[in-house]
Amino acid sequence: MKRILAATSIAMGLLSSAAWADDLTIGLSSEPTAIDPHYHNLTPNHSLTRHIFDPLIGQDEVQGLYPALAVSWKPIDDTTWEVKLREGVKFHDGTDFNADDVVFSFERAPNVPNSPSSMSTYTSGKTIVKVDDYTIHVKTEGPYPLVPNEISQIAIISDSIKDTSTTADFNSGKAAIGTGPFKFKAFVPGDKIEMAANADYWGGAPGWDNLTFKPIPSDPARVAALLSGDVDIINDVPTSDVETLKTKAADQVSLWQGSSNRVIYLHLDQFRENSPFVKGVDGSDIKNPLLDVRVRKALSMAINRPGIVDRVMEGVALPAGQLLPKGFFGVSEKLQPLDYDAKGAKALLAEAGYPDGFELTIHGPNDRYLNDAKIAEAVGQMLTRIGLKMHVETMPRSVFFTRASSGAEGLPEFSLILAGWGAGSGEASSPLKSLVHTYDKAGGFGSSNRGRHSDPEVDALIEKALATVDDDKRRALLVEATEKSIENVAIIPLHFQVNTWATRKGLAYEPRTDEYTIAMGVSKN
Amino acid sequence: MQTDPMLAFLIRRTGQSAIVVLLMATIVFFGVNVVGDPVHMLVSPDADQAEIERVIRQFGLDRPVIEQYGLFLKGAIQGDLGTSFIFGQPAVQLILQRFPATLELAVSALVIALVFGIPLGVYAGIRPDTRSARAIMAASIFGFSLPTFWVGIMLIMFFSVQLQWLPSTGRGDVGSFLGIESSLFTLDGLRHIILPASNLALLKMSMIIRLTRAGAREVMQQDYIKFARAKGLSFGRIVRVHLLKNIMIPVVTVLGLEFGSLIAFSVVTESIYAWPGMGKLLIDSVLQLDRPVIVAYLMIVVFLFVLINLIVDVIYSALDPRVSLTGAKS
Amino acid sequence: MSASLPSSQKPRFKDTSLGVFVSQFLESPVAVVALAILVVIISLAALAPWITPQNPYDLAQVDIMDARMEPGEEAFAGYTFWLGSDGAGRDLYSAMLYGLRISLAVGVFSGLIAMVIGTVIGLTAAYAGGRIETLIMRLVDLQLSFPAILIALMLVAALGKGVDKIIIALVAVQWAYYARTVRGSALAERRKEYVEAARNLGLSPARILFGQIMPNCLSPLIVVVTIQTAHAIALEATLSFLGIGLPQTEPSLGILISNGFEYILSGKYWISFFPGLALLVTVFCINLVGDQLRDVLNPRLAK
Repeated sequence: MKRILAATSIAMGLLSSAAWADDLTIGLSSEPTAIDPHYHNLTPNHSLTRHIFDPLIGQDEVQGLYPALAVSWKPIDDTTWEVKLREGVKFHDGTDFNADDVVFSFERAPNVPNSPSSMSTYTSGKTIVKVDDYTIHVKTEGPYPLVPNEISQIAIISDSIKDTSTTADFNSGKAAIGTGPFKFKAFVPGDKIEMAANADYWGGAPGWDNLTFKPIPSDPARVAALLSGDVDIINDVPTSDVETLKTKAADQVSLWQGSSNRVIYLHLDQFRENSPFVKGVDGSDIKNPLLDVRVRKALSMAINRPGIVDRVMEGVALPAGQLLPKGFFGVSEKLQPLDYDAKGAKALLAEAGYPDGFELTIHGPNDRYLNDAKIAEAVGQMLTRIGLKMHVETMPRSVFFTRASSGAEGLPEFSLILAGWGAGSGEASSPLKSLVHTYDKAGGFGSSNRGRHSDPEVDALIEKALATVDDDKRRALLVEATEKSIENVAIIPLHFQVNTWATRKGLAYEPRTDEYTIAMGVSKN
Repeated sequence: MQTDPMLAFLIRRTGQSAIVVLLMATIVFFGVNVVGDPVHMLVSPDADQAEIERVIRQFGLDRPVIEQYGLFLKGAIQGDLGTSFIFGQPAVQLILQRFPATLELAVSALVIALVFGIPLGVYAGIRPDTRSARAIMAASIFGFSLPTFWVGIMLIMFFSVQLQWLPSTGRGDVGSFLGIESSLFTLDGLRHIILPASNLALLKMSMIIRLTRAGAREVMQQDYIKFARAKGLSFGRIVRVHLLKNIMIPVVTVLGLEFGSLIAFSVVTESIYAWPGMGKLLIDSVLQLDRPVIVAYLMIVVFLFVLINLIVDVIYSALDPRVSLTGAKS
Repeated sequence: MSASLPSSQKPRFKDTSLGVFVSQFLESPVAVVALAILVVIISLAALAPWITPQNPYDLAQVDIMDARMEPGEEAFAGYTFWLGSDGAGRDLYSAMLYGLRISLAVGVFSGLIAMVIGTVIGLTAAYAGGRIETLIMRLVDLQLSFPAILIALMLVAALGKGVDKIIIALVAVQWAYYARTVRGSALAERRKEYVEAARNLGLSPARILFGQIMPNCLSPLIVVVTIQTAHAIALEATLSFLGIGLPQTEPSLGILISNGFEYILSGKYWISFFPGLALLVTVFCINLVGDQLRDVLNPRLAK
């Protein structure tokens, strides 16, 4: 056996001289679409480009903020944040980093041609003003507390590439010049992305000499690649393999799990008298029962959350009682996952005037969230048990989200949907603003409020929180908004996803709530 | 005089091919523009309504389909088949970037299919009534019936996970030989290609066995073989000189056409083995509704097929003077 | 059976020819066994609602708490999961038989529709001759020069998911095979004396085509139907596996396999193994029967 191993090593050695160096190969579930950090507002892209580019403010593994290219930031008046920049930092091409690069990056970020999802989400409403070479001011229209969170999403590029900075130039490596811990080497779409250590990194030389990222979207193939030693670490370990990897392959691989910022929830039609997928027991049209808070509560009580976590998610999830798991900013300490109580749910339905239930269809995607189709089916089963006549319909996300957001006549098409929300900002205003706040196109609120729940009181709390810079006051407002919306069953939270990474034995990964897979988090143990 | 019918044939075929490509493109263009909505696949969930509208405008999705089609045709005439929604690169460039990987997979599969298929087929053809010949034929039907994706998984399970002999995913290092870049020129590359190429070869192998067997049976009954045997030529020599020579022409012709089918079928294999070819790109694009890439893939593959068919026809007429290019094929 | 056929009306289907056909088919024990297995499989699928403990599509009968039971374990409802259960708590034996129904139905339906369309087009081409024939056969040649999976992929990409859509795609893939086969045999028949006689009698073209010529094209058609059905079933499974075929809530065999694919490394082999086996056996048996049919009915077609 040893001889075979040695022979293989020699053979490998002929091909790559760095066979004994500290190289890391990462198997990714989704391929980044570009090296250009401003091209696509997409998790796999951000996760990848963090290696080459630094933001002003970094987000740690629980999305806490830490100084990166900025050394400090603070509001100096209601509408201005002052950011001090790090001195002595050099780009990969040897040029110095200063405020001009920041101004240039923030100008370019929202305006990349052909961007399928631009960074304007994070730059809009902010003006960057250079004060001196190492100081900038971020000006907003009104008081805005999320400035540090949002500017942490923008990667800083060098202004030396001004004229040539097309996305293609980043992909070829010509313009892929950052200040990050790794330097770009090669991008072979569909196959791999290679990087080499930046020995002069301002934060100290990284622990790996060479990185190779391999996109392997097929779940079993990705796990197989880890087991066969093709890759050292994989993300998105499928829940179906977690148990086996823990027990049978314990001598080969280690698992690293942590709660994510993603809640899986149900939205209920709360704006139509006649909901398209609600029918009476006899198949006739009835007044939408989901408008009644007792019915919504009954539905929530009928769901066996620990059952879903155990049987569908194979233990890799946490039952949810609100919009973000414990530990995030703005989370309520009081709220607990609702206990499973089919009897109580039935009683509540009867009280609301539906002793025999009604007919209802749950719609959901089948290729978006972990086990999404199975969760929809499980929810369907559980609601059947309290007397509802349920149908389950799942579809590809390419069809689902359009119909769920603006299907018939530009309105949400379904009566009950399964969806998920990851809080990119790492605090409670993100789901509150998009899922719970009244749909408001002009204000940019409620963009994913597909049940159209509307509560002026909660709206006011959210808007006030988003204009309160003081942390403690803002936290109280967010908690209150969360508690109110859960009390009125604006949405039914099911569970929080747990992210799982697997490494070969001897490596460790620090789990991240933002689902990023970054080499800086991989260590040898 | 000699070139005239040939030229006329070429012109006519080119014209027909152009119509075919246009027709296919039209059907698929309207088809993919009805299914789903790419915008919600693209924008970040954090995006507000204004950003969603910007994306819709940027990709021209706010215009009527007919107008989009007009723009597409206008671009196509100038050689621009559109820009990928997701990658922001020209769709043609994206596909051609991945063509070499698919090509080398298909070539390897073809070689494997030939190396195993022809000897087995010849054997089954010259000794049709033996037990082993029957077994070979039954096995070839079995090979037909095996779902490619299922076999792919089993190969990974056995050779990569259990035995850990071969890598399970991706393409190996690329080497250069005589100016050609291919992963076939490195040891790492060869190790990576064995499993996917075998998986892809399986179906074609069954087909080649049956084709060769049929050819061999037919040739064996010909008078000149009987004559050669009567003359006392050794059996091995008859097989080598007469039989193989005579069955190669149909086999080679059919292979030309089957090669195209290999490229198409690599979609399945590439998906399982994460092979960075154009088939995997197609599946990804279908799942993510990257419409320009789907349409461009189709146009390129149709073009490729028309080209292969044309070449096969020309070669065929060169090999066999009885076939006339001008007449309709029967 | 054969004695009941009135020999005066259909001289081509005499007792003897049927008898010869049956006895020739029986010559291959392998084909007979395959046919027997096929009959069993089809009966199981047809009788599924009466011989399974669970209707896997009825949410009231499926319990998520039963998910991923090993073969032999007992369900909350009291019956035994002889083949285990899948990730949603469906009894695999039940799900397989119901899935088999869908797979067979999709395969057979698309085959029959394609046969009807292809036959009409093929006969039309053969009878009309001239430009129409050239045009139709050009189209057929053209389509056959593209691999089936490519056409199916493109159509499914353009049409979207769903049983109806996949049947359309499979019909579009198959019709050309039938058209080519029918035209081939019809051409041979057209030159025969009885057609000439019928024409002289003043029978309408349609009657000659469908009344006289078509019955004589049946034997090659039967062979093509068999092979194409196997193809269609395998193709549907492949498309479903790639995630662009049938919807997931009422799974066909292909979906069951692809659902089980995610469990294959975790040792829960049964979720994809048994449906895979069922698919393999079904397609294999159809192919074996088809192969023998081809040898018996039309030795010239043998490749």
